[in-house]
Amino acid sequence: MSEASIEPRNAIEVRNLNFYYGGFHALKTVNLDIIERKVTAFIGPSGCGKSTLLRTLNRMYSLYPGQRAEGLISFYGQNILDEKQDLNLLRARIGMLFQKPTPFPMSIYDNIAFGVKLYEKLSRADMDERVQWALSKAALWNEVKDKLKQSGLSLSGGQQQRLCIARSVAVKPSVLLLDEPTASLDPISTGKVEELVHELKKDYTIAIVTHNMQQAARCSDYTAYMYLGELMEYGATEQIFFKPKRTETEDYITGRFG
Amino acid sequence: MQINQSLYNQRRRKNAAIMAFSGVASLIGLAVLVWILFVLFSNGFYALDWEIFTQDTPAPGTPGGGLRNAIVGSLIMVGCAVLISTPIGVLAGIYLAEFGDANKTASVTRFVNEVMLSAPSVVLGLFVFAVVVMTMGNFSGYAGMIALSLIAIPVVIKTTENMMRMIPGSLREAAFALGAPHWKVATMVVLRGARAGVITGVLLALARISGETAPLLFTALNNQFFTLDMDGPMANLPVWIYHMAMSPFDNWNELAWAGALLITLTVLAINITARILFRERVKV
Repeated sequence: MSEASIEPRNAIEVRNLNFYYGGFHALKTVNLDIIERKVTAFIGPSGCGKSTLLRTLNRMYSLYPGQRAEGLISFYGQNILDEKQDLNLLRARIGMLFQKPTPFPMSIYDNIAFGVKLYEKLSRADMDERVQWALSKAALWNEVKDKLKQSGLSLSGGQQQRLCIARSVAVKPSVLLLDEPTASLDPISTGKVEELVHELKKDYTIAIVTHNMQQAARCSDYTAYMYLGELMEYGATEQIFFKPKRTETEDYITGRFG
Repeated sequence: MQINQSLYNQRRRKNAAIMAFSGVASLIGLAVLVWILFVLFSNGFYALDWEIFTQDTPAPGTPGGGLRNAIVGSLIMVGCAVLISTPIGVLAGIYLAEFGDANKTASVTRFVNEVMLSAPSVVLGLFVFAVVVMTMGNFSGYAGMIALSLIAIPVVIKTTENMMRMIPGSLREAAFALGAPHWKVATMVVLRGARAGVITGVLLALARISGETAPLLFTALNNQFFTLDMDGPMANLPVWIYHMAMSPFDNWNELAWAGALLITLTVLAINITARILFRERVKV
């Protein structure tokens, strides 16, 4: 399979995106591409709008009245900002992971099966297989295979976050949005999750928000630097970190502020 | 740092004084409760025997007797009231928790609920009398059950909403992020997490209506005899206690104490169960 000759497409294209929290203009004319099966990192100081940007990509902001977006976000050609967009279906195809691990109050097995059951009809055997597959992808299978019936809440913090990864992966989305996924984890769990990201990008498009610049440099293929709601610079990670085009970017990267 | 000795001593004295006051206040509250239980037990304990459960309420002047018809009547009406108020209360509570911030209907509902919570039970009883008893043409267990439900529903609504609101928003978002529709997020994730608290709310409503007398006075009235027919006056413990306590007959007074003790023990048991359930949830 000559995959190398196929040009990777843009999974998501953001064009002239403006976002408002009520009257506050949080994102200002953002333009960027999320390339499929690559990891794109959003970095920037606190309050720069990176989480805001991430949350527009799966219309999570639509849960809250008063938050609105203007512009165009194209997901494989489909404008997801359209009023007629089926939000539930969208979110089944663009998954999200949060900073704090959020296991559901059910068994580990049911946690994984929950998302799958929403849109797929699987036999018991197929579901078992899918659960095992998802947990293996999240590097959690060996640790929990004997206690699938136990509550998801009985796992440690790092394990819970990997459970959430397994849960997101189980529904086989196209894109995974990770909102500071290792911020509340210890260094060892963080390392495991970063390894996972590296593995997962072979099959999934990943966008990750991170406070940790080293993490962005380690894990991502493309980086977007945001500051006060504006996209300052976007490009290949190597270029951003070693030859940033703008002084603002360079200042942030070298730790002069933020 | 130079510590001002007199200021320090003053603070220590103040601290000790306030701790002492709090301790005494708690003891007073506890003492009253213990006193009530003591009086109930000393008057009602020896009156509690198997006949309470096997014999019906005696006619005025006749010796002996029990509380069987009253106990059964109360069980039926309270049980039915819980069966009605739980689904209504939980569903309304879910609605308020999930949509409560967004719209006018929800805030009005919540306000009305608060008012209903503090409505005097005798008023609710009179209301059911006017609407149900007058329409039906007779007192009935059905009317009693409806009156009790009107008291229980607001309790269940309030606790359900509060318990569901305690579930962190991140859990809700995680369920939405998988593409789950709102009703599934509300029932399969949030309600599930709030399960123990919601059940506690139902138990508390149950404990509350077990002892309510006023609403039953004009609805189920009372009945000398044993009956399972809800379409007529039904015997019940609180009203019987009311009649028997004020009477000149000794056996009636004894039965009143026994009935009061019975209700108290039931409410105690329900509250303890609710505590145990709630504690388990917090541990997890």
